Amino acid sequence: MRKKYLIPLEVIGIFLALLWLAPFYLMIVNSLKTKREIFEDTLKPPSHLTFDNYIAAFKELDFLKTFGNSLLITGASVIIIIIFSAMAAYALSRTKSKVSTIIFFIFVAAMLIPFQSVMIPLVAIFGKFEMLNRGGLIFMYLGFGASLSIFLYHGALNSIPKSLDEAATIDGANKFQIFWHIIFPILKPITVTVAILNTIWIWNDYLLPSLVINQQGMETIPLKMFFFFGEYTKQWHLALAGLTIAIIPVIILYFFAQREIIKGVSEGAVK
Amino acid sequence: MRIREWSYWLFLMPVLAALVLVVIAPLLLGIYYSFTDWNGIQATGFVGLANYKAIFQDERFLNSLWFTAKFSIVSIVLINVIGLSLALLVTAKLKTNKLMRTIFFMPNLIGGLILGFIWQFIFTKAFAGFGSLVGLENLKGWLSTPNTGFWGLVILMSWQMAGYIMVIYIAYLEGISKELIEAAEIDGANAFQRFWHVIFPLVAPAFTVSMFLTLSNTFKLYDQNLSLTGGGPYDSTQMVAMEIFNTAFKQYDMAYAQSKSVIFFIIVAVIALVQVYINKKREVEM
Repeated sequence: MRKKYLIPLEVIGIFLALLWLAPFYLMIVNSLKTKREIFEDTLKPPSHLTFDNYIAAFKELDFLKTFGNSLLITGASVIIIIIFSAMAAYALSRTKSKVSTIIFFIFVAAMLIPFQSVMIPLVAIFGKFEMLNRGGLIFMYLGFGASLSIFLYHGALNSIPKSLDEAATIDGANKFQIFWHIIFPILKPITVTVAILNTIWIWNDYLLPSLVINQQGMETIPLKMFFFFGEYTKQWHLALAGLTIAIIPVIILYFFAQREIIKGVSEGAVK
Repeated sequence: MRIREWSYWLFLMPVLAALVLVVIAPLLLGIYYSFTDWNGIQATGFVGLANYKAIFQDERFLNSLWFTAKFSIVSIVLINVIGLSLALLVTAKLKTNKLMRTIFFMPNLIGGLILGFIWQFIFTKAFAGFGSLVGLENLKGWLSTPNTGFWGLVILMSWQMAGYIMVIYIAYLEGISKELIEAAEIDGANAFQRFWHVIFPLVAPAFTVSMFLTLSNTFKLYDQNLSLTGGGPYDSTQMVAMEIFNTAFKQYDMAYAQSKSVIFFIIVAVIALVQVYINKKREVEM
């Protein structure tokens, strides 16, 4: 049942979608030009195709290594957040007591604390114990990421009947076995949501790694991008090629998992 | 599990340790340091409220606070209006609605730092190029004045976050039963009446969520601020988060920066509590 008013709506929609894509279009088009061509006209397509900018930017960003660093930090942090948050939420939801309520409240309240209010002492404390490194960074992500993840897991756990735990206890399973073999697999849908939300956040995070990682060769993509951009600020042809390279992995992932990503983000926000 | 059992605490231990060491201890220690002359390594003595008194005469900080407030209010309104409009658009029975959702949401997957750099190019280079093409002088020199810097940040954030907020509104819009809308249609309600009297009240809870998310994302903004304008020209587009960062890590005035961050925390907490209170009240009334 298609109606007349849908046609102008469709046109408006397509126009808006093109408008939304325009920044990406301009970025890619100009990343293929020479410095001179950008100076002459930013809107025209390149006169001939050359990937020189990309080769130079790829080398300068040390992209494979930088990508690997991001992958390591994000992967390790997300896995740790998932396992430990699910465990904590399980304990909190299965033990109804004042202590559990208070602990849960503290985790939820901690979401309100702005990062700027803790960052200076945080760096001082971790610096004192020589933990301003990747291990320290991953631990910090657990501290900052646990709240939302516990909140999401807690909600999901409340709808899993306790009789399941009890049956397993009678069969002789211990607490950890119950959690790992029975409860955790049931939590899979919410685990996907938790994984997506934390991955987007940590992969793109700039400020925290900029304070914690101060060794060369360990930079994540946003960190490296910042230094790279600072160096090539007047050389847009290289800067734009670098930005495009940095975005490509995310776009590829989005292409394959867009349904899960949008669903995860919307669930994470609405709950 | 009971709280006396060791397994209860074992399950909680990792996240509790992380929360205490990463969030709670720094927060409390930071509040303590804000009353001292702490230099990042040690504190030699108490200074009482001296840091806090200085803040209220610190023009740079007060300007950044005012700029942040203005920016947040304008952005929240724009993001929500655009987000809701996009949601209504892509929930209509269009052939391309799946593709449009994908496109509008895309900027949210990319980090604010990178988006800011891309838009820096758009504003300073592409805008100027487009301006000379159509003969609009106003499109030149963007980001070089406080005003264009402000609107540059607003445009960037609206472009980025509208798709995110759209997804939230979609979740509520799709929860509305089709029978309800069809019933209104049969009763003779036109498209506008259907929106205003039927759809709008039903997506009201989405406002609560969207307001909270847009507010917390705009008020605490740092990455986009850093990469788009860098706070310039002359600190005129510097937001609170960046002002605190610069006080701490550029001027190395640690105790002073820490007191600013305590003020920042109080403002954020008060806004959040007021929001929760208003929403609770409204939900009771409904």
